[in-house]
Amino acid sequence: MSHLVETLGLASSLQLLSLSPPGWGANLLRGLVNSLQIAFGAFGFGLVIGLFGAYGKLYGGPVVRDLLAVYTTVIRAVPELVLILILYYIGTDLINQMAAALGYGRVEINGVVAGIWVLGIVQGAYATEILRGAILAVPPGQIEAARAYGMPPFMLMRRVTIPAMMSFAIPGLANLWLIATKDTALLAVVGFNELTLETKQAAGSTRAYFTFFLAAGAIYLAVTLISGVAFKRIERWARKGQPSLRSGGA
Amino acid sequence: MNSSPARETASGTGAGTEAIRIEGLRKCFGELEVLRGVSLTAHKGDVVAIIGGSGSGKSTLLRCVNFLETPSGGRIVINGEDIKMRADGTPTHRKQIEKARTRLGMVFQSFNLWTHRTLLENVIEVPVHVLGVPRAEAIERARTLLARVGLSEKADTYPAFLSGGQQQRAAIARALAIEPSVMLFDEPTSALDPELVGEVLSVIRDLAAEGRTMLLVTHEMKFAREVASHVIYLHNGIIEEEGPPEAVFSAPKSERLKQFLQTVA
Ligand SMILES: Nc1ncnc2c1ncn2[C@@H]1O[C@H](COP(=O)(O)OP(=O)(O)O)[C@@H](O)[C@H]1O
Ligand SMILES: [Mg+2]
Repeated sequence: MSHLVETLGLASSLQLLSLSPPGWGANLLRGLVNSLQIAFGAFGFGLVIGLFGAYGKLYGGPVVRDLLAVYTTVIRAVPELVLILILYYIGTDLINQMAAALGYGRVEINGVVAGIWVLGIVQGAYATEILRGAILAVPPGQIEAARAYGMPPFMLMRRVTIPAMMSFAIPGLANLWLIATKDTALLAVVGFNELTLETKQAAGSTRAYFTFFLAAGAIYLAVTLISGVAFKRIERWARKGQPSLRSGGA
Repeated sequence: MNSSPARETASGTGAGTEAIRIEGLRKCFGELEVLRGVSLTAHKGDVVAIIGGSGSGKSTLLRCVNFLETPSGGRIVINGEDIKMRADGTPTHRKQIEKARTRLGMVFQSFNLWTHRTLLENVIEVPVHVLGVPRAEAIERARTLLARVGLSEKADTYPAFLSGGQQQRAAIARALAIEPSVMLFDEPTSALDPELVGEVLSVIRDLAAEGRTMLLVTHEMKFAREVASHVIYLHNGIIEEEGPPEAVFSAPKSERLKQFLQTVA
């Protein structure tokens, strides 16, 4: 084994990736943690937007529906990279203008918060469409039964609509989560130290491009695989009460 | 079932305490006037059967009673409580409607059980979350009710794994769990395979026998004749003929009712 490592010149690669200096492994891990933080935050923020967006699109007045239509159309039409640049610079600009108006100086913008805000707004547009479709897929009779038994609207949403739509929403949401993890890489353009930027810096300093980008790819792949396992479990839970499509019984 | 209120058994309208009164109920869908002034009163223990052709407005009538549809006019009094409506029929207070609905046990043609909950969870859902009954107490009552409709063994099963007849019996248990003043049945056996109709009718028959007040929309004429204390024949959104079952079924006065009874016989 050690012989093989040596002949392929992997020893130096492993050294470069080691967690303690002079290895850059710790930097990559820090980048991963940042990426995951943003992905989680943006996904959660997007879900909240999506829930309001879906209800607004389905039950809102004409103005609300028009505004939401503009939101989902624009976000889904414009390339994510462009959106990130726009939202990032608009966001930071607004905050700085507000700070100036209130008599503060320039504000240092927290990268994680900025990343969550930017990606969350992008995610929210897709989540709106996924959740809207899922709500529409809930058999109307189940919502009607809840109304007929005097459930107030918010309880109805919490106790009936959301659990019943889960199984329709999960596959789409799983995809959206994977997109969130990968879109964090786009934040490199605004200089945020997530996994891709950390990788680029490590690679640039050591000239070991191949080693570091391969390692980053493997890390993204691992995140995807682990997410897949988690979502499979969540989906099984969300589908409780529904006969299995594959084997006719669990 | 000791917690259910004492019920007076009345052998027809006119006796006992009033459970529900509908006066001049109207409902339009756009241009289409589906209910054109329907009035009926059910006293405690009454079983009012509502019959009529398809599209005559039977479902709309029941759905207006618990405001699943907004009436276009008229008056609804449940347990002596007048549901306040604006001139256009929209209820004035959401809370009042919600409270009134918890007195009305609706049973749907297509069961409408919550598929992500087991039968037991379906039955305790409204008592626990809407009515605030302590969970343990609700579970105990739910088990009694499921036993009553012959589903003790299925308490922890999800609806999708049950036959239509079993689902409808569970839906009846769910309705009973709120201790309704009035039960509303909208063609409870129409979605069932013929061999499953009997088990559901027999549950409803028992409920009638124990003096439950109900409005029962049905196509099962023999059954209506057997359990009803009062029969209403609805045609084009208006009560064309009504009376005790013997009169309505054996000696119909209206030509339309005669024809209708011939077609369904
Ligand atoms: N939501 C609705 N919108 C428009 N028309 C409706 C609606 N619900 C029922 N109708 C119409 O009202 C009439 C009565 O329907 P319904 O009460 O379901 O009849 P029944 O239950 O007696 O068969 C039918 O002509 C039906 O098409
Ligand atoms: Mg009907």
